[in-house]
Amino acid sequence: MIEIRWHGRGGQGSWTVARIFGMAASLFGDKYALAFPSFGPERRGAPVLGFTKIDDKKILDRSEVQESDYVVILDETLITPAMNNGIKKTGVLIINSEDGQKYKSVFEGKRIVSIDATSIALDILGRPITNTAMMAALMAVSNLVGLDAGLKALKKEMKPSIAEKNVLVVETAYKKTLEVLNG
Amino acid sequence: MSEEKHFISGNDAIAMGVRLSRPHVISAYPITPQTIVVERLSEMAEDGSLDAEFMHVESEHSAMSAAMGVSAVGARAFTATSSQGLLYMAEGLFYASGGRFPIVMMNGNRALALPWSIYGDQSDSLGLLNSGWIQVYVEDAQEALDMVIQAYKIAEHKKVLTPFMVNLDGFILTHTYELVSVPKQEIVDKFLPPFTTVNKMDFERPMNMGMSTSPKDNLEYKYQQHRAVMDSVQVIKDVDKEYEELFGRGYGGLIKSYRIEDAEAVLIVLGSITGTVKVVVDKMRADGHKVGVIKIRYMRPFPEEELLEECSHIKSIGVIDKNISFGYEGTVFTHVNSAIAKSGFSPFIMNFIAGLGGKDISKSHIEGMFMTLLEGDKKKNKVQFVGMGVQINE
Repeated sequence: MIEIRWHGRGGQGSWTVARIFGMAASLFGDKYALAFPSFGPERRGAPVLGFTKIDDKKILDRSEVQESDYVVILDETLITPAMNNGIKKTGVLIINSEDGQKYKSVFEGKRIVSIDATSIALDILGRPITNTAMMAALMAVSNLVGLDAGLKALKKEMKPSIAEKNVLVVETAYKKTLEVLNG
Repeated sequence: MSEEKHFISGNDAIAMGVRLSRPHVISAYPITPQTIVVERLSEMAEDGSLDAEFMHVESEHSAMSAAMGVSAVGARAFTATSSQGLLYMAEGLFYASGGRFPIVMMNGNRALALPWSIYGDQSDSLGLLNSGWIQVYVEDAQEALDMVIQAYKIAEHKKVLTPFMVNLDGFILTHTYELVSVPKQEIVDKFLPPFTTVNKMDFERPMNMGMSTSPKDNLEYKYQQHRAVMDSVQVIKDVDKEYEELFGRGYGGLIKSYRIEDAEAVLIVLGSITGTVKVVVDKMRADGHKVGVIKIRYMRPFPEEELLEECSHIKSIGVIDKNISFGYEGTVFTHVNSAIAKSGFSPFIMNFIAGLGGKDISKSHIEGMFMTLLEGDKKKNKVQFVGMGVQINE
């Protein structure tokens, strides 16, 4: 089973993409998924967590995510040393940053992939809403969800007016991440 | 018979199951700790995809009172609640079962105050076992949807006529998204015809409803009520079988066992923890430990006979309780113990109090419980609190 932890702030849409990613993997892919928010009240601006579990068979284990395979960070101002807890040694950090490598010491040498999702979002949406760009980055890094499945889930979950521009965000961020990986 | 698949939460699954069941009226009070179920249903009533009246009442007490009124004219009623909300409608719960109104209600299992907590455990519904309602506990969102449809069929059966509570673990089921297969309306209609009853207000057939009794015949009323819940055992099994034939999904009636045939130790559980325990069972089996799990689906009627059939060969039995009856033990444990005592066999028994107020029950906690059952010190306190963050001196 692959476990994913999403970090964002209330209002940034991290939980929304945790859910869309699970939908893409299961409804539009050939896998099973569970997606759940950090349980409890939600407040705009406060740090929030989202979780997605993905597997080839039905997921029975509903206990808390203990050791993540991927950690997606929408907002780098949230990074503290404690964020390194609960990540597998082989885990990958996916950070919205101009230079994610500066956090190498925080994450004790674990693999870090970063893209400047804020710039992509500002270019296309005109607002710094980076959730779909970061979902695209995870798609490109993990291969758990294909681009097609990701876009289908996005279109199913978002209003057509919002989905249209976010499709472009996903395509751009996906391509950008592949460049980073191959670069 | 291909069904449409959706990636939805347990709350959404309940709302979809309710819509497929064609209730006439939904009465609810939409504030914390209420779940999103009633919000979804109000949207469905608004957009016309659900042909029902949505009554926005001023409290849970009124929600239950309104549901009784709906049922009393022979219509189909639904309401949903959780935690403190369930307690606030407690008076109505006994009234509804005594009136033999087959209301279906979803309860999101959450902790009770104080301390104030919106997180999950099963103290709320287990605290109201004596209210005369049938109680089922589901394991995932699919079972949640399917059980709403089954619930109406069971509750409205003329031998049963008893209200029905579908329990979902708060957050772990209510707020978690997963794949759910949604039955087709025409097949649900075939399975669940419109509600008909003679127990209703009717100008053509006037009768006295909701009356008082003298000491002369109160016992007889209560006997009938008890008898109806006992009779629901067979109805529950028949309805589950019929559901399986039509929809391809059956849940095994009152209990469901996993890998207990040659087990030396089993855990008895309710609700969403079942899957996690199964994962631990598979791992421990691979390591050579003979362990298994029994999921109790119904706490009312209590599956005494079914449990004894399944576990009379098991040397060591543990019960996980997501509740505590202060000053004694977990409520499920008391029930299991009573059944075992009547049967005359005497396994090693333990009660694990865990998951209160949303505390995670991890795989290592569960493995620890199994090891206690397999190698347990027989003199040890039979009621253990699992996962305490502080050292306890007893």
